[in-house]
Amino acid sequence: MTLTLPTFEASTAPLARRNPVAKLAAALLFSAPLIATLDPLTPTIALAVELAVLPLFGMRYGTLFRRAWPLVLAAGGIVITLVMFAAERTGATVATLGPFEVTTGVLITALGMVLRVFAIALPGIIVFATTDPTDLADALVQNVRAPARFAIGALAAFRLVPLLGQEWQMLSLARRARGIDAGRSPVARVRLFVSTAFALLVGAIRRGTRLAVAMDARGFDAGTPRTYARRQLFGRADAALMVGAALVSTAALTTSVLTGLFRPIIG
Amino acid sequence: MNHRWRTIDIVIASILAVAFGVIFWAWGLLWNGPADAIPLPGRAILYGVWLVPAVLGALVIRKPGAAFYTLTLAALVSVALGTSWGWTLVLQGPLEAAAAELVFAVFAYKVWNLPVALLAAAAAGIAASVYDAFVWYGGTSWATMRLPYIAITAVSAVLVAGLGSVLLARALAQTGVLDRFASGRERAAV
Amino acid sequence: MGEVVLRGFGWRHAGRKAWAVRGVDLRVAHGERVLLLGASGAGKSTLLAALAGLLPDDSGDAEGSVEIDGLDPRKAREQVGIVFQDPQTQLVMSRSGDDVAFGLENRGVPAAEIWPRVDEALHRVGFGYGRDRPTAALSGGEQQRLALAGALALRPGLLLLDEPTANLDPAGAALIRSAVTRALDDDTTLIIVEHRVAEALTLVDRVVVLEPGGGVRADGPPGAVFAAHGDRLADEGVWVPGHAVAARKAVTGPGDSLVRADAVSLRHRLPPATLTARAGEVLAVTGPNGAGKSTLALLLGGLLKPTSGTIDAKPGGAPYRWRAVDLTTRIGSVFQDPEHQFVTNRVADELALGPRRIGRPEAEVSRTVDELLQRLRLDKLAGANPHTLSGGEARRLSVATALATAPRLLVLDEPTFGQDRRTWIELIELLARLRDDGHGIVAVTHDADFVAAVADSVHRLERTA
Repeated sequence: MTLTLPTFEASTAPLARRNPVAKLAAALLFSAPLIATLDPLTPTIALAVELAVLPLFGMRYGTLFRRAWPLVLAAGGIVITLVMFAAERTGATVATLGPFEVTTGVLITALGMVLRVFAIALPGIIVFATTDPTDLADALVQNVRAPARFAIGALAAFRLVPLLGQEWQMLSLARRARGIDAGRSPVARVRLFVSTAFALLVGAIRRGTRLAVAMDARGFDAGTPRTYARRQLFGRADAALMVGAALVSTAALTTSVLTGLFRPIIG
Repeated sequence: MNHRWRTIDIVIASILAVAFGVIFWAWGLLWNGPADAIPLPGRAILYGVWLVPAVLGALVIRKPGAAFYTLTLAALVSVALGTSWGWTLVLQGPLEAAAAELVFAVFAYKVWNLPVALLAAAAAGIAASVYDAFVWYGGTSWATMRLPYIAITAVSAVLVAGLGSVLLARALAQTGVLDRFASGRERAAV
Repeated sequence: MGEVVLRGFGWRHAGRKAWAVRGVDLRVAHGERVLLLGASGAGKSTLLAALAGLLPDDSGDAEGSVEIDGLDPRKAREQVGIVFQDPQTQLVMSRSGDDVAFGLENRGVPAAEIWPRVDEALHRVGFGYGRDRPTAALSGGEQQRLALAGALALRPGLLLLDEPTANLDPAGAALIRSAVTRALDDDTTLIIVEHRVAEALTLVDRVVVLEPGGGVRADGPPGAVFAAHGDRLADEGVWVPGHAVAARKAVTGPGDSLVRADAVSLRHRLPPATLTARAGEVLAVTGPNGAGKSTLALLLGGLLKPTSGTIDAKPGGAPYRWRAVDLTTRIGSVFQDPEHQFVTNRVADELALGPRRIGRPEAEVSRTVDELLQRLRLDKLAGANPHTLSGGEARRLSVATALATAPRLLVLDEPTFGQDRRTWIELIELLARLRDDGHGIVAVTHDADFVAAVADSVHRLERTA
């Protein structure tokens, strides 16, 4: 039950080496359009592309599977919701679960939704798995002009995540030592959780205050323009990645429109 | 009222975001994921928890952008730690965060009391659930699913993210950790 | 360069009635090495913060003047480097080299100069790893060394060290001391606050003693200052060298076994260990960082389940199986960080929590609370929020809460960590008395003086491969 940040492995694969902001933007440009439709064809095409380019990111399929499997829960939840509350149940009835009729129409929609969850989520997983947080912060500051103080503040706080995870465990053990455990009652469990969360926040804020002072001591608030120790370059290959991502995702949508399978989320 | 963010504002907002990332992770362990996946009542009733960082961040820091920054970063950290919704939060997080931010902006970043907090929470809740309704629950019925979902989420948001954040901010101030903030100095001199 | 002048300087934090530091007149010349001493609350950290230009300008009240090379410290920050006591909250970046570069980036040092200066700083402190070493993989002492490199990269004329070894084990403390010795040159003025006074004396040639509430009590070479003020300082809690504490060992032999651990181990954290905690005995568990001392304490305290081996507390079997409420009546655990154990928002409620959960009648609960408040000198703080307590007070409270449910065995993790001499002596006395009353005490500790003063037996853990 330890909290470890998913590790990032540096890779020399062609797409992994691209500018972090380019990768992030490409992931967004690729997945956002997929939201527009509920049909199963678009996400299928998208997934095929994602799985095909995976080696270009230097990532193994096993790694992707490991990071992506929690999505199954979300997808499962959506399917359950759909079965219970489908707006229209067209087509032949395939099964009846209690009061809920599962028709072929419902199944097709469910398939589309499951594929969608993965198609939209995978690009992000791939980007985060192949990008160092420091590099991302640097690129955001240098290439997109994000405010440096916020990017670095976020990075510094992010570094403390494993520490906070350990804190959580210590706080839980400390509560047991004080005679507080939750037993079976869910209400008691929630109360204990809230108490532990509160203590975590107090400790985190204390730490944060010390960190802020230390950062100021090293000139963080100096007002002089910052220089960059680590250069993040944005070149043609990076722009090409972004354009390519947008094109592929548009092509997938177009295919779906042309085959008449397109199902917009609005309307 | 100085609107410039001091180092400590930035760091504490970031720490709050990151701490909530950890809290969400621990919450996930507690309920083993099913609450994330089950649509109603689990997810809608508990939805408010995910919106706390926005309102709490704003109440503690009291600067423009606090709600937006804190919740967006919390969502990013959640993604990094691995939630069942994964990367999709990167799209949704800023949206709900912006909704809360808007409410505080409407009050010119001068009012930080309970009613405004409730309103901001409601805005975030509605933004989040409307997003879900269109993006994830597309094929479901408005009458029996989507509208009740939005309503329940809004209520949860108001109670947990609105009232809850106000109580949380007060409790934190009592411990003395917020002494560098206006929100913390409302306790008596020691 | 690095010349400090304070005239009648005072500072009061926002929201406080008392002044943190007041009426300080002090002059430190270029190249001097000064040790700043004083009882807890004398304002040493505040003074260093003032010199580093870190006191807030939007809150708090200031008096008098403070100048570094004739400038206000907030303008002279480039001349000053400061290292604080907690390594984890000073490091900003995930990679060592990046962290040292952080300060240089902030100051707008041209990119081409940054990495050479980083390497120079790392070399100056004797950092043993390359630039890419993850900061999370460093030990506490190495992290502090890195923090020192970060401060020195800016080539400050004045170096301030605020309890740099407070959070470190003896090995880490030695590491940082050697780094400072190695890194200092004749051009750097040093002002250090350090509670391990004897060890800091090797670094300094002048001692300044602050008076709590106002002014400078003494100022001069260490020998003279300690000769004139040593006794009084020792009473106030300063670790003046040469003031040893009398040992308080057990007079009678140990009693029955309270908890027995048989080849217990926890995968990755503790290799098999066998020991017995007995009534009427103080058992010290020692060993280097990483050997698993805290893990052993958690296992004995019934808070963790071992991956192999058995723990037996007669009657009742393995403590990790007991309900938390039952655990508190048999084994009390005191954590290294007292704040981990606070669950209410009033000191009196903290003390009442344990007995109430056991089901004692209210009248008895009140009695227990009053008695503990008295015994541990917490009566004036009964209504305070536990998180607002000072280090020593918080430590006393955490011990008191463990005692409130009258367990027979007490397991403490680093009880004397960072304590001043007064609290340290109080703790020794308290533990000795508890032992003489028939309690069993297990203390995980780095503190050799603690072991010498009160431990009746020692179990040493060795580091795994």
